[in-house]
Amino acid sequence: MLTPVLSDNWDQIRSWQLASYQRSGGYDALQAALRMQPADVITAVKDSGLRGRGGAGFPTGMKWSFIPQDNPKPKYLVVNADESEPGTCKDIPLMMASPHTLVEGVIISSYAIRASTAFIYVRGEVLHVIRRLQQAVEEAKAAGFIGTNILGSGYDLDVVVHAGAGAYICGEETALLDSLEGRRGQPRLRPPFPAVAGLYGCPTVINNVESIASVPAIIKNGPDWFGSMGTEKSKGMTLYSLSGHVTRPGQYEAPLGITLRQLIDLAGGIREGHELKFWTPGGSSTPLLTAEHLDVPLDYEGVGSVGSMLGTKALQIFDETVCVVRSVLRWTEFYKHESCGKCTPCREGTWWLVQILERLEKGQGTEADLDTLLDLSENIMGRSFCALGDGATAPITSSIQHFKDEYLAHFTHGGCPFDPMASTVFATAGASA
Amino acid sequence: MAENHTTSTDMPVPYSTGDSKISETTIAEMRELAARYPVGRSALLPMLHLVQSVEGRVTPEGIEACADVLGLTGAEVSAVATFYTMYKRRPVGDYHVGVCTNTLCAVMGGDLIFERLKQHLEVGNDETTEDGKITLEHIECNAACDYAPVMMVNWEFFDDMTPETATQLVDDLRDGTEVKSPRGATICTWKEAERVLAGFPDGRADEGPTGGKATLAGLRLARERNWTAPSGQHGGGGAAAEQTVSPEAASGPRPEDQPGKESGTGSPAIPDSRKED
Ligand SMILES: Cc1cc2nc3c(=O)[nH]c(=O)nc-3n(C[C@H](O)[C@H](O)[C@H](O)COP(=O)(O)O)c2cc1C
Ligand code: SF4
Ligand code: FES
Repeated sequence: MLTPVLSDNWDQIRSWQLASYQRSGGYDALQAALRMQPADVITAVKDSGLRGRGGAGFPTGMKWSFIPQDNPKPKYLVVNADESEPGTCKDIPLMMASPHTLVEGVIISSYAIRASTAFIYVRGEVLHVIRRLQQAVEEAKAAGFIGTNILGSGYDLDVVVHAGAGAYICGEETALLDSLEGRRGQPRLRPPFPAVAGLYGCPTVINNVESIASVPAIIKNGPDWFGSMGTEKSKGMTLYSLSGHVTRPGQYEAPLGITLRQLIDLAGGIREGHELKFWTPGGSSTPLLTAEHLDVPLDYEGVGSVGSMLGTKALQIFDETVCVVRSVLRWTEFYKHESCGKCTPCREGTWWLVQILERLEKGQGTEADLDTLLDLSENIMGRSFCALGDGATAPITSSIQHFKDEYLAHFTHGGCPFDPMASTVFATAGASA
Repeated sequence: MAENHTTSTDMPVPYSTGDSKISETTIAEMRELAARYPVGRSALLPMLHLVQSVEGRVTPEGIEACADVLGLTGAEVSAVATFYTMYKRRPVGDYHVGVCTNTLCAVMGGDLIFERLKQHLEVGNDETTEDGKITLEHIECNAACDYAPVMMVNWEFFDDMTPETATQLVDDLRDGTEVKSPRGATICTWKEAERVLAGFPDGRADEGPTGGKATLAGLRLARERNWTAPSGQHGGGGAAAEQTVSPEAASGPRPEDQPGKESGTGSPAIPDSRKED
């Protein structure tokens, strides 16, 4: 049922240190990869069927093969460790417990695309994770896994850990590149795609932490092994993150295609005495689902078929004590705050969405406001410069689709009918604020 | 939740206070940061973290120093500094206390915790207590939702908070009691934390556990029920007992056998013990 691979060493003593990582077979995959031709490493990752774990699910090996090897410019690998999509909490615990899994993946992936420098762009708000990454890179340098002529292969690589400074938009890959160049993090026009003209205008691969961290296991065990887990088009194991109103929230590593019903069961059920109301399959930018969708296979195709997206597999679980309108307003405030301001539909649109939702939450709206919300969302969706704008509309349109009555209840009730204490973890502990 | 929770402070921004601590050493460290990148300007974000570690905020002098080292104008550096929420134009206290009020944490209790702390500390959002110790700010999702409601002190995790543990935490910080993150190190000052973010490690990476209870929830269940990934062509990919793992690792002590190696005491076999923690 569960298939710990990435998380397999997380319960080992000092699992973040090189010695511990090597005791569980760490850096064996690097040795194997350096005996292969770089192109064969790309083929292995392609054959495994690994798809990007940062949200969009683009095939990783294919992305690597877009790097023009005849281009004389230096090539770069950039790891997207910005993890800021609301609900998403898998990369941070991975880097905390086993930064070497990522570092080994970085070296193998860099070798495959022949990168001269790799960057790990990690959000700045996670001090201890940054410490462990810095130490892991130093340990790998001292062991000869990073530097010149790595393990006698003739391959040279430098790895830089780079802390961001607080901006969700820097998780968008082209905004991340601008940020890494020391600018405001605003998305770039594509084409040219980063594979052709990315960091400093050079060919660049950008991948999510979990995507890169999956590479050593693929090289070590083979593409067929990876493909033996998961579903036909969504292969391998992955980290599902359960949060909110379940008995044991946390990281559950399972083959792609497991269902929410199974995961909630593993997590000890919905918190006692309550029932599932709504959930996000992959962060706040993926349309909300309900108890109707408990048996949908959580792979790219399954979640897509019910009008949402697998995203980052950030399963935020809300029970019947939670007000949908309050939740959606809060997410919308987030998008408004994080909009980079580059394009009008998102910059102005998210501002208007917040105005209307605030009114609705106070019970001062009308049914016509719901139409205005949908109309605004339609004008943002597909007309924004990047996917942040699209994502901002997901909670709104999906919540109106599934919970229109609850919006209406705010009008009849003259405000929010929910008790904000009831949904808290300390509701039963008798605490008050 | 009628009141807009994001209402920000109208405290004035001090321009230059004439007591900048940017020194020759700071400039040398900025050059060192720039040299780590193929193109020096890439070091601008780390350099601004460094400015905060020296000045306690981003000062006009700090901006000029970055501009000088990188050959940019002050306006170009300012444009970057004002884009990112971690860069502060007003002085930050010794402890930056963040309360996550993004949706999941908010409904799990973050909103009530934030309200309680505002009252308790007598400050608004993004304001500092009069003793200069604590700056309170509501923050966005910090990638720790499985520990909601979440707080951060100088960007270290504080998990599964309640209004009571939150007020105790800020009282301890104000009193100078040593405070440890349950998933991190002993709390240093905000300036010291900023220096690590700039790229100058402080040697504390080995403090704290591998992860908390939620991080290990799935793994523990898998161990208990003997679930493993399929074994691979080289025999790896399975549980720690596979042959790729040396005997001492396979039979080595588990974190729970060693005090302080893992936060949380709950075993997956018993219901959630967060409330007792
Ligand atoms: C607003 C926004 C935020 C994003 N944040 C992240 C993030 O924090 N981490 C991440 O890996 N991808 C994030 N992405 C997706 C990246 O743009 C990109 O698709 C991904 O890093 C590619 O890696 P992958 O192919 O390995 O999934 C974000 C996208 C958008 C539009
Ligand atoms: S959609 Fe929003 S975040 Fe993206 S470019 Fe436009 S304004 Fe910026
Ligand atoms: S919502 Fe608070 S950490 Fe994610």
